[in-house]
Amino acid sequence: MNTQLAQSLNRSSAKHDSDLTTPSAPSLRSAQPLLGLRPLGLAPRALLCEEGNALIRLDRIHKVYHMGDVEVHALRGVSLEIHRGEFVAIMGPSGSGKSTMMNIIGCLDHPTKGHYFLEGSDVSQVDKAGLADIRNKSIGFVFQSFNLVPRTSALENIELPLIYAGIPAGERMRRARAALGEVGLADRERSMPNQLSGGQQQRVALARALVNNPSLILADEPTGSLDTRTSVEVMEIFQRLNRNRNLTVIVVTHEPDIAHYANRIIQFRDGRIRRDFSVENGKDAGEVLMELPRETEDEEESGGPAGSKEAGAKE
Amino acid sequence: MKMNLVAILRVAVRALNRNKLRTALTMLGIIIGVGAVIAMVSIGQGAQAMVQDQINGMGSNMMMIMPGNIFFGGASLGAGAASTLTEEDVQAMVREIPTIAAASPVVRASGQFVFGNQNWFAQIQGANEKFPLIRNWKVERGEFFTDLDVRSADRVVVLGKTVADKLFAGIDPVGQMIRIRNLPFRVIGVLAPKGQSMVGQDQDDTAVVPYTTVQKKLLAQQIPSIHQAMLSSVSAQASAVTEKQVTELLRQRHKIQPGQTDDFLVRSLTDVAQASAQVTTLMTILLGSIAAISLIVGGIGIMNIMLVSVTERTREIGIRMAVGARPNTIRLQFLTESLVLSLAGGAVGVVIGGTLATLVSRVLGWPTLVSALSVLISFAFATAIGIFFGYYPAHKAAALDPIDALRYE
Repeated sequence: MNTQLAQSLNRSSAKHDSDLTTPSAPSLRSAQPLLGLRPLGLAPRALLCEEGNALIRLDRIHKVYHMGDVEVHALRGVSLEIHRGEFVAIMGPSGSGKSTMMNIIGCLDHPTKGHYFLEGSDVSQVDKAGLADIRNKSIGFVFQSFNLVPRTSALENIELPLIYAGIPAGERMRRARAALGEVGLADRERSMPNQLSGGQQQRVALARALVNNPSLILADEPTGSLDTRTSVEVMEIFQRLNRNRNLTVIVVTHEPDIAHYANRIIQFRDGRIRRDFSVENGKDAGEVLMELPRETEDEEESGGPAGSKEAGAKE
Repeated sequence: MKMNLVAILRVAVRALNRNKLRTALTMLGIIIGVGAVIAMVSIGQGAQAMVQDQINGMGSNMMMIMPGNIFFGGASLGAGAASTLTEEDVQAMVREIPTIAAASPVVRASGQFVFGNQNWFAQIQGANEKFPLIRNWKVERGEFFTDLDVRSADRVVVLGKTVADKLFAGIDPVGQMIRIRNLPFRVIGVLAPKGQSMVGQDQDDTAVVPYTTVQKKLLAQQIPSIHQAMLSSVSAQASAVTEKQVTELLRQRHKIQPGQTDDFLVRSLTDVAQASAQVTTLMTILLGSIAAISLIVGGIGIMNIMLVSVTERTREIGIRMAVGARPNTIRLQFLTESLVLSLAGGAVGVVIGGTLATLVSRVLGWPTLVSALSVLISFAFATAIGIFFGYYPAHKAAALDPIDALRYE
């Protein structure tokens, strides 16, 4: 079952890689250096939004928790499609089912009923080890509380997914460095999480989510522990990845401000989708950042290219 | 398993490095355990080797035949013989039992040894020329007496090292004339030093003289008799057969009816050797098992710390699972951590235990034996403990649900 799935995943990624050779691809690729993004040697998994072949397809998903004798119906038949290259914000009050939704999309949990197709494969009944492999290959997580391994350097934290992917040490190091550069922290690779500011920690977490070249970035309240400016900086990176690398990003948030950096907002209530709409003239994090007053202390030049000056950041 | 073992090992070592004091203290349990096992087993084996050495030193495959208790019991048996064991018995044994390599009558005496103005009191053993072969005792200087000396009851003496040292300070004893019980004797040789016997007696405080000389000259017996006989079998394996045949032959020669008790006693040194080997083996096992208990206590320490570690690192486990660690990988990682703990502890323990054993045996004057086997066994033991006591915590870590683990505070 697992190997079958892994093969089908490989097959689909191979197919998308070959899409790079289509005439439309080089222009996107050549645009990257101009935007301050290093090519990384990581080919985006998908550049084209394929109709009818959604990255994520949820088919009448139900999730029921048993808490003692009480049954909690967290999701009541959710159907949803998310395509490659979308930037989706999932919103809703607590208890609306948005966290459950995120756990299922993130392959951390099984649905009680219904089917979940990720990259065309039904993953609703895959076992724990198989789900671990899917998370490793296809999904990058960003959490509210950063979730870096303590007393472990930024670089080693970023290496984690590569270790579990069985990638040899030399290549691990190279890719981890590249990912750290991409979030603008190239000079902090030896720093421990407690030596980094909240924004820096979240950027390391982002680099970790990116490093294994996933098809999907799943962020659970990524700005919940950050101040306004740092929040916008993080959203700027999300937008940049989404636009330049056509990476699919799903952000779970309860802040309407943050949700409006996305292209599409899905609102949950009582375990059902209440609204699902495209964002007209959404905010551009880069522009918002320009208007925000610069902080005197802990100044960070974000939005800039990799390797920008971060030396001033102190705990 | 996709993740390679080197990477797992590196992660484990890093994790242990993060909390050095705790790691060191946990290791201490295993260090003490393994150290104790190595020290105890080495000391035990050293003692065993020492006993074995002494037994070998007495003479290889040697047997003593003594007149039985009957002789002292008061009950008259036989036709008033002074001794139930005779020279003829010894000759008959050599003649009729093929597994006997050599045999000699033993006649004991003691007396004052005088040389110049030096004197010394020592035991005298009367034996034949086979003495060095039976007792496995080399002559250091000069030579041993021959069968001619025995036949003609010559006044020649081979001195033990102690006697030679006491009488001849700085002079070569060979060729010197000394007086034993006021009779002149020529020193023809000095025996190699043998040291203490198992009961702490100085074996070198002796002198060997032809048994005929003891009978005729020193004791001036009217009817020559012997006190004991000593013999050696051709091999250790043959000693059981030899002992049986000696018993049969002597019963026959002494006309002992079936059902009657022997009027002699055969004491084989292999019996003594086996008995003392059993005692020392028992001691080794006893000491080893006490030490093994401390190793188990060390293992429980590992389990305890690993359980604490799993609880403490619940969130980390959740992170690892979220980025793609399979439950099996998590299990293997925690198992590796406990294995690294126990093996590193084992290595330090071997060094400390070996040093301790060397010190103890040096103080007690025993041969040290830190055998490769005991090192191997305690390493195997440490590995087994690492796996056994590491499995449950590792299993607990692997069974965690990633969602709960990520939310754990």
